[in-house]
Amino acid sequence: MSSRPTLPAGLRLDARKTRPLQQPLHAAPAPQVAVLALDQGSGESAEPTVAVGARVGIGTRVARAVGAAATDLHSPVAGVVVEIAARPTVTGAGRCISIENDATDMRDPALLPVDWRSLDASSLLDRLRGAGIAGLGGAAFPAANKLALARASAAAHLVLNGAECEPWICCDDALMRERAADVVLGSQVMLAACGATHCTIALEDDKPEAAAAIAAAIAAARDDRVELIELPAIYPLGAERQLVEAVTGREVPHDELPPAVGVVCQNVGTAAAVARFVGTGEPVVSRIVTVTGSGVTRAGNVEVRIGTPITDLIAACGGYQGDPARLIVGGAMTGRSLSSDIVPTTKAVNCVVVATPADLTIRGLEMPCIRCGDCATACPARLLPQQLHRAAQAEDRNALAQLGLADCIECGCCDYVCPSQIPLTARFHAARLQLQLHEADRQRAAAARERFERRERRLAEQAEAERLAFEAARRRARGAGPT
Amino acid sequence: MQFRTAAPPHVIAGFTVPHVMFQVLLALAPLAAVHAWLFGAALLLQLGVAAVTALGCEALALRLRGRPLPQFLRDGSVLVTAALLALSVPPLLPWWLMAFGTAVAVLLGKHAYGGLGQNPFNPAMVGYAVLLVSFPVEMTRWPVPGPEWDAVTGATALDALRTGLRQSYTMQEIAAGPAFGRLGDTGGEWLNLAALLGGIYLLLRRVIRWQIPLAMLAGLAVPAMVMHGIDPGAHAGAAFHMASGATMLGAFFIATDPVSAATSDRGRLCFGAGIGVLTWVIRSWGGYPDGVAFAVLLMNLTVPLLDRYTVPRIHGHPRR
Repeated sequence: MSSRPTLPAGLRLDARKTRPLQQPLHAAPAPQVAVLALDQGSGESAEPTVAVGARVGIGTRVARAVGAAATDLHSPVAGVVVEIAARPTVTGAGRCISIENDATDMRDPALLPVDWRSLDASSLLDRLRGAGIAGLGGAAFPAANKLALARASAAAHLVLNGAECEPWICCDDALMRERAADVVLGSQVMLAACGATHCTIALEDDKPEAAAAIAAAIAAARDDRVELIELPAIYPLGAERQLVEAVTGREVPHDELPPAVGVVCQNVGTAAAVARFVGTGEPVVSRIVTVTGSGVTRAGNVEVRIGTPITDLIAACGGYQGDPARLIVGGAMTGRSLSSDIVPTTKAVNCVVVATPADLTIRGLEMPCIRCGDCATACPARLLPQQLHRAAQAEDRNALAQLGLADCIECGCCDYVCPSQIPLTARFHAARLQLQLHEADRQRAAAARERFERRERRLAEQAEAERLAFEAARRRARGAGPT
Repeated sequence: MQFRTAAPPHVIAGFTVPHVMFQVLLALAPLAAVHAWLFGAALLLQLGVAAVTALGCEALALRLRGRPLPQFLRDGSVLVTAALLALSVPPLLPWWLMAFGTAVAVLLGKHAYGGLGQNPFNPAMVGYAVLLVSFPVEMTRWPVPGPEWDAVTGATALDALRTGLRQSYTMQEIAAGPAFGRLGDTGGEWLNLAALLGGIYLLLRRVIRWQIPLAMLAGLAVPAMVMHGIDPGAHAGAAFHMASGATMLGAFFIATDPVSAATSDRGRLCFGAGIGVLTWVIRSWGGYPDGVAFAVLLMNLTVPLLDRYTVPRIHGHPRR
């Protein structure tokens, strides 16, 4: 282990995690109808493998990943597929498989424990892929594909992310406190799958109970390839590139992924899901979700079946109380604000916050930037948000690119500290979309020009051919005629 | 249940521009107190004239520019400009010159460029420079500090130093004069101490950061030290420069105005060092006794360049 490297910039934030952590981890009742979004949050959809009317058990596969960013989906309840159609989801709207729960809780009989020690790496990866194991930190990218990439680039260092730096979210903390052995077992399985030689479980130092549990589990596993590291609680240390830098001292090049510096990152929740899969054969059909905020009656960390509507989840936590003003999926800094609670949870939903006005900061009137530079001091990507903001206002695409808009991780730190209360993150997000639209426009225009030029060329060639044919005919006619 | 949506982050620190500006005003309080103790209550009048003029000009300019009056009048930035200018001019300056200087600062220094956040030059220093160039006699007539301050004026230490050196007196002879105290100016050393205290408060409250003040003080002290070492008869030492004129006020309150300063850490180091060196150059060889105002304005000119060439290396990018 190298000496503690320098830490990326960031903020010490009020964690707001104590209320849900007072309750022990408990399970929410299974929903009447589970709604599985085909896109679980990674941006790519799986293809349904069942039809309406099919009977399924818990863990029966209902959709298969086609692209590299989607994961296989498995029924979280026993029952009947009642609908495959577009519905509102956390990310907007998308196709979903609705399964009516028959309350028998019957497991798919095909689910068997996996003897992972006897499998070679590629079949182990296939099994993990088949179990729909997605990154449970919030990205929902298939874990097996990330591990396979690490294997291909011979990454030696597996980093398990238990930093969980964002205010409100504490599902990983609860998981590590109560299922530390699963996390360590999962890390061993992942080491076997990706071929890394050692694993670091990284926590922030505001989680002493979780750290103690993990340390005990590592000792019990007697595996000296696995170590624990405690990092200072600085947001956004749990962001992948920042975590890699904090743990290894190496910066991931901006156009590469962590395996480029010999590292692969996985979330601790993902490791626990792997452990559950190899131990019981159960694919990802549930996850732990933090339910918190002053607007919910009983805050806590809840094991929730994937596809449980947020309405049901809130009801399981005693319903709304007080003045619920904003419904947020995720944390205080990057969480997505929802317009309705009817949407189902996914593998990417780690936290549901029912915020009252007292939980939120009401923004004052936006003032002009006074170039104080606090945003630059806070930025973990070492950008100059004040300059980016100027470029965004001027719609200066070159300046935006040069100042590193593409490297913005939208962590919200600049917003947080801005005395002029400029919504910088939202502006940068919009500027990014604008750049993408512009790029798409440019490509469309280039394609149209290409089409036009080809047509011109074709017409010119045709005219040329006709001319040659005409001349040939004329020569023939002249040759044939009297001289 | 339906909810209204909002973009993240959902929680912010809630710092505001008025908060920043009032911290600066608070940090100026010790300086104002020492000033009043040395030169009497004239300062209060100057502060009043400057504040009223500044608010009036700000309101007028906002109205002409069609900006919301209450939001911008309440931001406090114009009061900081007024206070800095009132603390920089001689306390017995005629009130109409104070008003004129403030109006120039607010209307030409700030609003002509687009108001808060847009001005390339430090507005208070624009006002100061215009006053100094237009009314050099009134602007260099400082009362002798002490209980009998009424109407007795004399040269400041920086003035005495300049004229003394011109007339081929040695440093030691000049320093024996009445304008000199223990380190620098008789009154100036207390003023500088008070400004330093206020500056430390701003540093601790993180309203300003250390780069500009430290670089400026170093930029002033290093050449002074070197030249004093080479020729102690013709150059004042670093301690004299630290304790005289507007050194500390400049380092902690004027050069640190974020709007007209460089914005990256390295840029701020260059910016501060430039002000320090220029201040020393103007004090040593220039035509004016103190150089802080002109040094700040000159370095303001370099800010776009500094900002362009001191962009930090982005995370994950190679060194440029």
